[in-house]
Amino acid sequence: MGIFVDSRTRAIVQGITGTQGSFHTELMLNYGTQIVAGVTPGKGGTQVHHIPVYDTVEEVLKEHEADASVIFVPASFAAEAAFEALEGGLKTLVIITEHIPVRDAVQIMARARQEGAVVIGPNTPGIITAGECKLGIMPANVFKRGTVGIASRSGTLSYEIAGGLSTRGLGQSSCLGLGGDPVVGLSFVDVLTEFQKDEHTEAVVVIGEIGGNMEEGAAEFISTEGYGKPVVAFVAGRTAPPGIRMGHAGAIITGRAGTAQSKIEAFKEAGVGVAEKPSDVAKMLVEMLKEKDIFGG
Amino acid sequence: MKLFEYEAKEIFSKYEIPIPNGGLAHSPTQAREIATRVKAPVAVKAQVLVTGRGRAGGILFANSPRETELLSRKLLGAEISGLRVQSILVEEKLLIRKELYFGITLDRSSRNYVAIASSEGGVDIEETAATAPERIVKVLVDPLYGFRPYHARQIAKKLGYMMGQMQELSAIFLKLYKVAMDYDVELCEINPLIETAEGKFVAADARAVIDDNALYRHPDFQRRLTETGMAELTPQELETRKMGLAYVKLDGNIGVIGNGAGLVMATLDAVQLYGGNPANFLDVGGGASSDRIAAALNLVFSDPRVEVVFINVLGGITRCDEIAKGILEVKARKGFVKPMVIRLVGTNEEEGRNVLTEAGIQVLNSMEEAAQRAVEMAKTGR
Repeated sequence: MGIFVDSRTRAIVQGITGTQGSFHTELMLNYGTQIVAGVTPGKGGTQVHHIPVYDTVEEVLKEHEADASVIFVPASFAAEAAFEALEGGLKTLVIITEHIPVRDAVQIMARARQEGAVVIGPNTPGIITAGECKLGIMPANVFKRGTVGIASRSGTLSYEIAGGLSTRGLGQSSCLGLGGDPVVGLSFVDVLTEFQKDEHTEAVVVIGEIGGNMEEGAAEFISTEGYGKPVVAFVAGRTAPPGIRMGHAGAIITGRAGTAQSKIEAFKEAGVGVAEKPSDVAKMLVEMLKEKDIFGG
Repeated sequence: MKLFEYEAKEIFSKYEIPIPNGGLAHSPTQAREIATRVKAPVAVKAQVLVTGRGRAGGILFANSPRETELLSRKLLGAEISGLRVQSILVEEKLLIRKELYFGITLDRSSRNYVAIASSEGGVDIEETAATAPERIVKVLVDPLYGFRPYHARQIAKKLGYMMGQMQELSAIFLKLYKVAMDYDVELCEINPLIETAEGKFVAADARAVIDDNALYRHPDFQRRLTETGMAELTPQELETRKMGLAYVKLDGNIGVIGNGAGLVMATLDAVQLYGGNPANFLDVGGGASSDRIAAALNLVFSDPRVEVVFINVLGGITRCDEIAKGILEVKARKGFVKPMVIRLVGTNEEEGRNVLTEAGIQVLNSMEEAAQRAVEMAKTGR
């Protein structure tokens, strides 16, 4: 169940010997994720949490079957790691690293398109399919197995909202962080499309923020195609001044584009419920699912 | 990082993009010398990092070296849109036949760079996009393939140029693309790109913004950003950058600290929703240590406009006990100089909460309840 990753996913961790890489490898393993190997150039032959470490992705793939990579490599080497994973044939990349130059991100995405691979991030908490697989750094305890899909541009805000859903008995199918950078591998439309196909997902939460026009794209997608599943949106940054980056490299209003207002209006016009505060998301979903008569059923 | 016009033009001239004759002056005397050398009439342009500088009085024209000196005296040290003018660019005044626009920027939705040109130069490109979209030519650039000479020629043709002029113009386009890639720009533009009375092309103005995340590849600019006072950042913002905090000053009276950009933005929104005004955005990032939270708290306390501080932390990789420790460190050192509202949930919540409660600090559970509380306190003064 869920999207992109599930209990069958076998992942490698690039940058496994670093502080973050090693720490989160342990947490991913604890969650039940299949981590088959790690890569850190120069550390081949060692082990991290009993997981074998290799110098190159090529060597890993001679010894192990793998479909995904979680990348913790520092920003200046991250593109290199991504190219290596893509060339090795891995089809799902989760790039946790923050501060990757945008020119590198553009090249990673172009290469991924050529290879037909999915890139989650950069600057993402990753993806979790509740109860099955966690490729990322999100705190596992806020998520409960269930039927609500979450797509978010912000990490902590998705935990805030997922936690609220879990408390009200609304578990999640998958929760995916698109990443806080201006150029990321997936758009809301891409993720909405996956959730639409996923039979275990009954409703979707879209957590947007200022910058770019992905939310407007999602609204257009929903209104022209019709979605068939309830969608609730929350957009952060109504108070953000124009022209200033709000923490995320991608959270910036440029000229007239990318305001929270424009995104909220687009969602409303598309008939998508827009939550005023994070806690309203759960309330609205409970109502919508009651109406759909599938809540609790 | 925004570059000054003169910095962008220095890069342009390295890449042989034609720019007007002229030079940078820090004093009226220097300005006069440049005007004498390039032969007045000249344009005297304040070097400030704002758009719409012309309308704000930052671009003047002088007919003689003497007038250049007088106007420079007026501009140097003056404020344009709130920024002090520290240097001016003195350049020959061009005879204009036509003003064009050319720029390279990021197209977030297609995840590519895009080359944008317009026969309507000298105005904001967004303005043209809104009023006369048919005057804009766009070419999406596949990064693995690059912006090619034929792309440049296509654009020049669409702007109405042929023969030698087409070649000359497309050469400028290609060079600007090279600048864009070599300098990791988010945006670089020539606006206006002038066709002179003699039919030559000159970059009359230049704008470039380097991707902050790529500054490590451009150490000269990184140094300029962090070491001199001429940056676009306030000293506070520079300091927070060094500490790994993302800080934006706003104009209200409720200081906000949180972890995660989206959560902090949502916290500001909640404060406003309940009728309050946030004084700042401050994201301590993931896995903040007690030192980092203490630094954040001190920074917000030091803002004289802040009347109430609202801390909103949802611990994932951030540990609540570390946050609590940081808060107590500040309390022990100087006491709480301003009233605080704290919301703390997530990893090691219990430990964090216990430590704070023992110290007589109340901790709330709900972010919205805490926001409401902060607004009330700011209104009633307790």
